[in-house]
Amino acid sequence: MKGRISRSLWLGAALTLAFVGAALLSFVWTPHDFAAMDIPNKLQPPSAVHWFGTDHFGRDIFSMVMVGARTSIAVALVAVGIGMALGVPLGLAAAARSGGLLDEVIMRANDLVFAFPALLIAILITAVFGASAVNAIIAIGIFNIPVFARLTRGGALSLWKREYILAARVSGKGAARISFEHILPNIANLLIVQGTIQFSLGILAEAGLSYVGLGAQPPTPSWGRMLADAQTLIGLAPHIAIFPGLAIVFTVLGLNLMGDGLRDLLDPRLRRART
Amino acid sequence: MSLLAIENLSLAIHGAPILRDVSFTVDEGQIVGVIGESGSGKSMTALSVMGLLPAGAQARGKVIFEGRDLLAASEAELCALRGAGIGMVFQEPMTALNPVQTIGAQVAETVLIHGAGSRAEAMARAREVLNRVGLPAERFPLSRYPHELSGGQRQRVVIAMAIALRPRLLIADEPTTALDVTTQAQILRLLKRLVAEDGMGLLLITHDLGVVADMADEMVIMKAGEVVERGAGQGFFARMQHPYTRALFEASSHVPERTAQVEERPLLEVRNVSRDYALARTALFAPARRFRAVDGVSFEIRRGESLGLVGESGCGKSTLTRAILGLEEVQEGEILIDGQPVFSGHRVNLAVRRKMQVVFQDPYGSFNPRWKVARLVAEPFHLLGARPPDWRERVGAALESVGLEAADMEKYIHEFSGGQRQRIAIARALILRPELIILDEAVSALDVSIRAQILDLLADLSERFGLTYLFISHDLSVVRAITDRVLVMRAGRIVEEGPTDEVFAKPQHAYTKTLIEAAPELPQVAAQ
Amino acid sequence: MLRYTLKRLLSLAISLAVASVVIFVAIEVVPGDPASYMLGINARPDTVAALREELGLNMSPPERYIAWVGGLLQGDFGTSYTYRTPVAEMISERLWVSLPLALFALALSTLVAFPAGIIAATRRGSKWDLGIMGVTQLGIAVPNFWFAMLMVLVFAINLRWFSAGGFPGWDEGLFAGLKALLLPAVSLALPQASILARVMRSALLDTLDEDFIRTARAKGLTRRQVLRRHALRNALIPVLTIIGLQFSFLLAGAIIIENVFFLPGLGRLVFQSISARDLIVVESVVMLLVFAVVVVNFAVDLAYAAIDPRLRKRR
Repeated sequence: MKGRISRSLWLGAALTLAFVGAALLSFVWTPHDFAAMDIPNKLQPPSAVHWFGTDHFGRDIFSMVMVGARTSIAVALVAVGIGMALGVPLGLAAAARSGGLLDEVIMRANDLVFAFPALLIAILITAVFGASAVNAIIAIGIFNIPVFARLTRGGALSLWKREYILAARVSGKGAARISFEHILPNIANLLIVQGTIQFSLGILAEAGLSYVGLGAQPPTPSWGRMLADAQTLIGLAPHIAIFPGLAIVFTVLGLNLMGDGLRDLLDPRLRRART
Repeated sequence: MSLLAIENLSLAIHGAPILRDVSFTVDEGQIVGVIGESGSGKSMTALSVMGLLPAGAQARGKVIFEGRDLLAASEAELCALRGAGIGMVFQEPMTALNPVQTIGAQVAETVLIHGAGSRAEAMARAREVLNRVGLPAERFPLSRYPHELSGGQRQRVVIAMAIALRPRLLIADEPTTALDVTTQAQILRLLKRLVAEDGMGLLLITHDLGVVADMADEMVIMKAGEVVERGAGQGFFARMQHPYTRALFEASSHVPERTAQVEERPLLEVRNVSRDYALARTALFAPARRFRAVDGVSFEIRRGESLGLVGESGCGKSTLTRAILGLEEVQEGEILIDGQPVFSGHRVNLAVRRKMQVVFQDPYGSFNPRWKVARLVAEPFHLLGARPPDWRERVGAALESVGLEAADMEKYIHEFSGGQRQRIAIARALILRPELIILDEAVSALDVSIRAQILDLLADLSERFGLTYLFISHDLSVVRAITDRVLVMRAGRIVEEGPTDEVFAKPQHAYTKTLIEAAPELPQVAAQ
Repeated sequence: MLRYTLKRLLSLAISLAVASVVIFVAIEVVPGDPASYMLGINARPDTVAALREELGLNMSPPERYIAWVGGLLQGDFGTSYTYRTPVAEMISERLWVSLPLALFALALSTLVAFPAGIIAATRRGSKWDLGIMGVTQLGIAVPNFWFAMLMVLVFAINLRWFSAGGFPGWDEGLFAGLKALLLPAVSLALPQASILARVMRSALLDTLDEDFIRTARAKGLTRRQVLRRHALRNALIPVLTIIGLQFSFLLAGAIIIENVFFLPGLGRLVFQSISARDLIVVESVVMLLVFAVVVVNFAVDLAYAAIDPRLRKRR
């Protein structure tokens, strides 16, 4: 009883692929050198030569958006990886020892991280170590840990009550083996769907951090920095603010649509619970 | 003219046919029992009368209540009728009440919504009705919340809501299925009394022939969306004609043939076992209170014997099962299999564990949906350390011994029906050739006809493989059919023990008597 | 109820205590010597020594921690190194911009999201539902600071209805203040309202699926009555959780949005302090924001208990 591949999944996957493709392509080809300045041609509106126009240094915005996708995707992807790599085992352990001291400690630690929005973590890290893309990854990644830990624990707890878990225990299997053989495969769908959502949130967070100067530093292009640079010139040349912004919107939209579509496909029962 | 007349009711949901040409009537003061297995369409018939069909439902025919065709009535007319002219009680009392509203407010709402009185009058009426259904003011003030009540008490609240305005017709859809036997008997008695006092018609829907056997004035048997047989309740089973009705009747009181060879040597010995649980503290620094789930229980099962353990929910039978299976350690006493303790020095004794297996109640929750049957059935091999080289042959043989095919091992569990899944669960229990199999409500979730087949299978297997059964159930008729000896458990203690026939014929303990009296029973009918 | 409240209070106190340790360690212990960090590598040794003296760095870290927390409890947040004014004064000034902004945005988001979620849930599958789901899908994807820039472009630069940024101060009157906060609040509220509307919709759909809704319908309640009397209050439980979580996102979002509109709020203060390496200010503002998040979560817990009688007992 699997769901159909919905239109939103197609659309989301297409958008996501387009941006991942652009990011990969930027390693070998961009229409112009993204770092090449051309002051005489600054703030050009979109044209056949510069598809998205040029910025205040005359750099090609299309090329910068392509290279900026690299930064966004890398930061968000690694942050999701950190969240999953640490959050999932913690959640599994908490559920396996539900009600025990370990569970209590893990959940309290989670609550504590929830009291620090990603931006505050980033501020703390930056205040001490300075701004960089790596610090942005760490900040967003730390914030992802409790998200995955909670999701895993919740999903695992409901599975631990199933009779097939009892049957496995009767077969002499321990908590760790049961967690990996029975629990993890049955919450994988949940994790994949949440992964795409956290991926899109990570892209938004990275954009916000680099917009306020806490993320990737120049000369690394990033969508958030491009918007920060565009802010004072927005009245003169709106296009330099519009294209990087649209890039963020379409990437996040694509990931969210893909997440929704995957949820429908993998677990028809959850179809309505999408938020 | 009948109070309710259903004429040629047909129903399809999103084009899939659910009901075909259903016709029957309910008169004032009459109890009509509608009986059918899952998928018979009995609940959909009730929802058609209420006008509460799911989206996409298309009904044809007529549902005439007091001369008015409800299928043609507007939503506003139906709203005015529901709760006032027709009341309804559902199966799941645990979820049927709004958790964030008091019971008083929920009962009074029936009165308020139909404009039958002011707020104060509605509350007074709620009080009166709750008294009527056996929830007196001193113990059940209107300010109680649903979570403070037991299942049976909640069902009484639901009934109070349904009868607050003295409807002419009450529909009860499996009103006692989720309840214990003794509670079931009380609720059925209450419904009967209310019908007699108010002269209303009662449409009682159930899967259990025993529930309606001595109560219904009229019986309607449904199968796959059709009425297969109708007739007066009195002497119905003596007159029944349709093969399905007969099969249903036979299956409900089915007793498998068994030739048990019981040895004297005990296989399982439970000696003076007690198990406590810590309760939540009532105050921050109060000492933790403890709840004794199992209290000094002792018994034994001899090799080849089939022992029944009967008790209502919360009596401690699940805790005892977990202790025997070695899933939880007990605080006092010991459990021995073949003279070997299940736990030695706080560690589970693997050699002992290999000698027993278990079959659970829920055919849907008992299997990891992502594994193939082969891997599912082979899971107990873990107790041997590794799967033997011929494990696939052994899985195939186990599947064949429970009436499935060896090729079924390549399928996933969702490809099987409930009855087939329970067969797979039995195959999994057999794979290590254990000596003791614990059947924990193993047939309770199955339709009666499937249940009869599984009971036959169990009887056959015990003979072929020399198995010993511990049969745990709340269902007395099943225990009576398949066990040699029975234990009755209540509040953590064994209150009565003896050969099954003797205990059922001459119960000694007062609780056993109550249980047996409460259990719905089919009339004896001479074989035809 | 009292015991429940006390328990939540205890957990609030523990959260704050642990959070304060984390912040203290991150700012004052991890960098090694905060004084030389704040002054940079080219600082003269005697200035560093003077700052060390001023910061009390000659004490051991535990002593400093106790002094810091003791000060916080008495409202003494230390003195800003860059501005030479008490941090408490700076914060309370900025709070009068940041707090109204967050509350304004929360009010806007709730006022829009509740009706939208209810309409979408009750007319599931209709054009209304599809429209609301589409708009909210987009609303979630739009970065709020970019949306803010677009609004500045349209309403401030092109239409000239609003000024592009800055804050006149509440002395100029309530209207002038609210007008200056309107665009920032709208841009903060957009993604939050989108999320909240979707949560409201799915919580309502889940509740409408419950058995007790069918029981209520069997009593003769119309769809509308069922919604008002039974579904909404039960659906509020998950919705409250999200509102609580959103408050911390609003605070964080406000930090960024204040930069778009040049509002003199806590967010601007933090960034100015970071670029000035004024760790004393950063430390105290972060602690204050964490305090706000924890207190809001405590309030949400109390609201749960008010809605759900099952929580008032036990736990």
